Amino acid sequence: MLRNSKDRFGTVTIVLHWTIAVLILGLLLTGLVMRRTEIDPALQFSLYQWHKSFGFIALGLAALQALRWLVERSPAPPPTLGPMEQMASRAAHLSLIALALLVPLAGWAVASASTLAIPSFFFNLIVIPHLPLPRSETSEAFFALAHATLAYATLALVAVHAAAAIYHHFLGRDEVLVRMLRSGSAPRPDSTISAPEKDDTLVERKRR
Amino acid sequence: MTSLRRPMGAALPRALVALFALAGTPALGAKAPALVDAAGTYRIASSSTVRFSVGQVGGSGGIAGSFTKFSGTFRIDGDDIGESSVEFTLYPESVNSTEGRIEDFLRSSAVFDAVNYRTVTFRSTAVSQTGPDTATIEGTLTVRGKSRKERFAVALTDWNRRSISFTIRGSVRRSPYGMTVGTPIYSNVVEFNMNIRGQKR
Ligand code: HEM
Repeated sequence: MLRNSKDRFGTVTIVLHWTIAVLILGLLLTGLVMRRTEIDPALQFSLYQWHKSFGFIALGLAALQALRWLVERSPAPPPTLGPMEQMASRAAHLSLIALALLVPLAGWAVASASTLAIPSFFFNLIVIPHLPLPRSETSEAFFALAHATLAYATLALVAVHAAAAIYHHFLGRDEVLVRMLRSGSAPRPDSTISAPEKDDTLVERKRR
Repeated sequence: MTSLRRPMGAALPRALVALFALAGTPALGAKAPALVDAAGTYRIASSSTVRFSVGQVGGSGGIAGSFTKFSGTFRIDGDDIGESSVEFTLYPESVNSTEGRIEDFLRSSAVFDAVNYRTVTFRSTAVSQTGPDTATIEGTLTVRGKSRKERFAVALTDWNRRSISFTIRGSVRRSPYGMTVGTPIYSNVVEFNMNIRGQKR
């Protein structure tokens, strides 16, 4: 199943989700290392350029994911979720979609507003033009602060998001995590029952 | 390079034309004294400028700067220009650019490594005259402990009894000196453009 269905995520959504996740975590790590640690200046320069190239990929994929989210239906939340959980998860997912766009856009703005005017040479293949922004120290400092703040806010939200998924998997024992891992039509056997008695599911799990 | 072949400025003393056109040709009669005058040893004056630029991908922009601390001497051989010589030392920590971040980066281990290699030196090995007021200097450039043969084009711009000025241009590939950082965003070729004024000793 490439597309989302009424209760399953399609392969496109799943692949985009995990690719973006890996990119964002990698970009957070390179961003942190290149900005906050004492490293060899030549390595630092290279890291900046890799960071920008991979950041553009993250931006492109996040734009695709956002577009998909706008045009495609989202599977209904698993029935195990209460109304509060549904609201919280919808708010978190919306914020993540927005941040996945805003963070790289702010990064692009840093590169564009910087007085260093270092070209963004995407994987040494093509030059991605700078955004039409005033190039000054203040402008650069503003976008650098915005980029860093939004990036670390994303990290915090990703942590909550991942904790929620893990909580649902190991304590809630529902399909929240599993349905973002594989598409297919057969949901997690021990959660389709959606039995109100948690004890039953526990027994069934242990039997496997 | 083509600019080096331009005719000499009209303001230059006529004797100087003779000096460079006929260097090494003894039968010059009345103009011989000028030749003797220009020959000699010169100290490179601190009013000289040593500018460089590195192009960037996409054309416009790049890195440009200058060095403010350097020293050197050169000797013009009155009998045979080809026997002239130059020794030049510059101190990369004196690099000047459009902003401090760039200067720090150029001084750092990524580029000049100015702490470990305090000087960049040039010692000529051959000088050959290429026109009435132009010459090519070949020599050994030492950067970051690595020495290579480089060539610079020299054009005479001004001259009097006590001092002499040249523009010197040359393109140096930086990768052989272990300075590949920033390529290919920034060109491997560094363009030098110097105005060197010598004070006669
Ligand atoms: C999802 C994508 C991205 C993430 C998660 C991310 C993350 C980060 C982080 C964590 C930092 C360090 C901030 C700090 O500690 O000050 C950083 C810095 C930086 N990022 Fe990104 N980044 C992303 C995309 C981009 C893009 C697309 C570009 C440019 C095209 C970019 C350009 C920069 C620059 C220039 C800096 C250094 C800012 C400074 O010097 O203060 N980033 N990024």
